[in-house]
Amino acid sequence: MPVISYREALNQAMREEMERDPDVFIMGEEVGHYNGAYKVTQGLLNHFSERRVIDAPIAEMGFAGIGVGAAMVGLRPIIEFMTFNFSLVAIDQIVNNAAKIFQMSGGQFNVPIVFRGPGGPAVQVGSQHSQSLESFYANVPGLKVVMPSTAYDAKGLLKTAIRDDNPVVFIEGETLYNSTWEVPTTEYLIPFGKADVKRVGQHVTLIAWSKMVWTCLDAAKELAKDGIEAEVVDVRSLRPLDHDTICSSVAKTGRCVIVEVGWPVAGYGAEVAYQVQRACLDQLDAPIERVTSDDVPMPYAKNLEDEVQPQIKDVIAAVKRALYLA
Amino acid sequence: MTTPESARVEPVDESVTTTTVEELRPLYRQMLAIRRLEEASAKAYSQGKIGGFLHLIIGQEAVCVGAIAALAADDYVVATYREHGHAYAKGVAARPIMAELYGKKTGLVKGLGGSMHLFDKSKGFLGGYGIVGGHVPIAAGAALAAKYRGDGKVAMCFFGEGASTIGGFAEGIALAALWKLPAVFICENNQYSMGTPLYRSLAVEDVSLRALAHGMARDRFDGDDVVKVKRRIAEAVQRARDTSEPTLVEVVTYRFRGHSMSDPGLYRTKDEVEEWKRRDPLTRSRQRLIDLGATEADVVALEDDVKAEIEDAVHFAETSPAADAYLPYVIKE
Ligand SMILES: Cc1ncc(C[n+]2csc(CCOP(=O)(O)OP(=O)(O)O)c2C)c(N)n1
Repeated sequence: MPVISYREALNQAMREEMERDPDVFIMGEEVGHYNGAYKVTQGLLNHFSERRVIDAPIAEMGFAGIGVGAAMVGLRPIIEFMTFNFSLVAIDQIVNNAAKIFQMSGGQFNVPIVFRGPGGPAVQVGSQHSQSLESFYANVPGLKVVMPSTAYDAKGLLKTAIRDDNPVVFIEGETLYNSTWEVPTTEYLIPFGKADVKRVGQHVTLIAWSKMVWTCLDAAKELAKDGIEAEVVDVRSLRPLDHDTICSSVAKTGRCVIVEVGWPVAGYGAEVAYQVQRACLDQLDAPIERVTSDDVPMPYAKNLEDEVQPQIKDVIAAVKRALYLA
Repeated sequence: MTTPESARVEPVDESVTTTTVEELRPLYRQMLAIRRLEEASAKAYSQGKIGGFLHLIIGQEAVCVGAIAALAADDYVVATYREHGHAYAKGVAARPIMAELYGKKTGLVKGLGGSMHLFDKSKGFLGGYGIVGGHVPIAAGAALAAKYRGDGKVAMCFFGEGASTIGGFAEGIALAALWKLPAVFICENNQYSMGTPLYRSLAVEDVSLRALAHGMARDRFDGDDVVKVKRRIAEAVQRARDTSEPTLVEVVTYRFRGHSMSDPGLYRTKDEVEEWKRRDPLTRSRQRLIDLGATEADVVALEDDVKAEIEDAVHFAETSPAADAYLPYVIKE
């Protein structure tokens, strides 16, 4: 099986879906002539022409809304935010319009649109550019929220997102674009609401999504040296959430650590913790632990930034607490 | 259909302004210091000493220097992520700017903001902002406060032409016009919004025309001559101070480097860049100084002085202690 980058996987997903369905088009800043700020749309303008790969000026509210309008009457837009930090400028269109129109119209108008782009902190880009906004979007009924961690998941989930008849918030890992994974050449789709066990273990369950899956896998490797076998569950889609996979893992291990790069208060991990305790209270041998960024806007200085964000050592410490080893 | 009269793009005013050595020398010095500061930060960035995004203003120095020279010391300035020069022109020293880029404790904002978020309350520098257009209403807000208090201050806002398509800009100038706020909105039209040329982002390639819909004063001229920038912006500042009316000014300029350090700028031809480099505002001002009677020795002394200043700033940044605190700066107790 070929090993390709996360960036390439996303590119393939869009290319294939655009070949398959002439109603799919891409719109966003620098997606065409510049081939994408992060080169995710590389070559698409060349292949599909300006009709289907539309360079938009800096007007997120405008082009997100234009996407919603076009979707209402049958097109299937992929709206790229250069980063999800800029989606905040368009959040009215996502939350007040895209998420509500199906309900407001009594089921007459659905909005098949994908809002995609990188999210989460990159490196040293400061507080306005280093935010994990999945908890904002996961709070909203009417949206689906997806965050792949690997190239394989990225491709299969993006294809599903494009075919979905509802608005999908598809947040890519800003620091994952160069990460690689095996991706089959034959077509596959990954359904939403299916978590994936990225590593099997029996002592503790680590629950994460996007970049934190990698941090958990690294932590699991370290823990294995001490004889602790961690199971790593990648939720992949936050809304809908796969309760079954998560809860059967926790039922097996009896310990649960939820790792996210976002802020702690009202972070999505709190919802996961609630679901886990509700389903697995009797099987839990320790309180559920959470690892998050510190409750602060992201500082610029590298040393402070590392201090704020969850590191492998923070995951290991949380696991040890959950195992009463600390 | 004919083009509406109001939507016709007028040629950029490229007239030359008279000046003296006394007026031009400090302006040239500031522009040169900014250029050297930018060059030094580019070097440090390539050595991995500065991280994140680094947007240089090389080529556009005459705009911030000329415009801010038209302000009083306690007026306000609000800028974008491309704001090292604006901060310097507003009186922030090279040392804390460079230390901030290095993410050091001695940085202007303690290593918390980095290149895109310079702030200096003591200098009326209300910040560098990373979300395009979001700072335009902030400038209008500072202007509202000035009018509210009747303290005679003026707020000056800088942004690129790429910002003129976003709501923050549209709403910010609309309210400033409606409420007659003492603000000067300066569009630094460097002709590219990242890799997007003007013609692919604006239906009418004249940002200043937006003022018409709001009954707002406007101006538009080229930004190579720092003295002209100062004079023309001074008119807008005067208007704000005397009659509390905002002005939208478009200054046509060019950035010599990529959008940020990670942008190779492949969307422009070498010829185009070279063409603009021939209009370099620094070369032009230097020549002008000589023409006006400054001696070569005089100018070289100034240049050596600038060199020493920036070398000192780099040394200061290099030898400063690492940033060490973020918790005290989340909520003011
Ligand atoms: C709302 C928003 N969208 C997108 C971006 C990404 N971005 C940063 S700068 C920039 C181009 C801005 O161009 P312009 O306003 O002309 O200013 P310049 O950079 O040329 O000085 C873009 C698209 C952003 N920071 N904020």
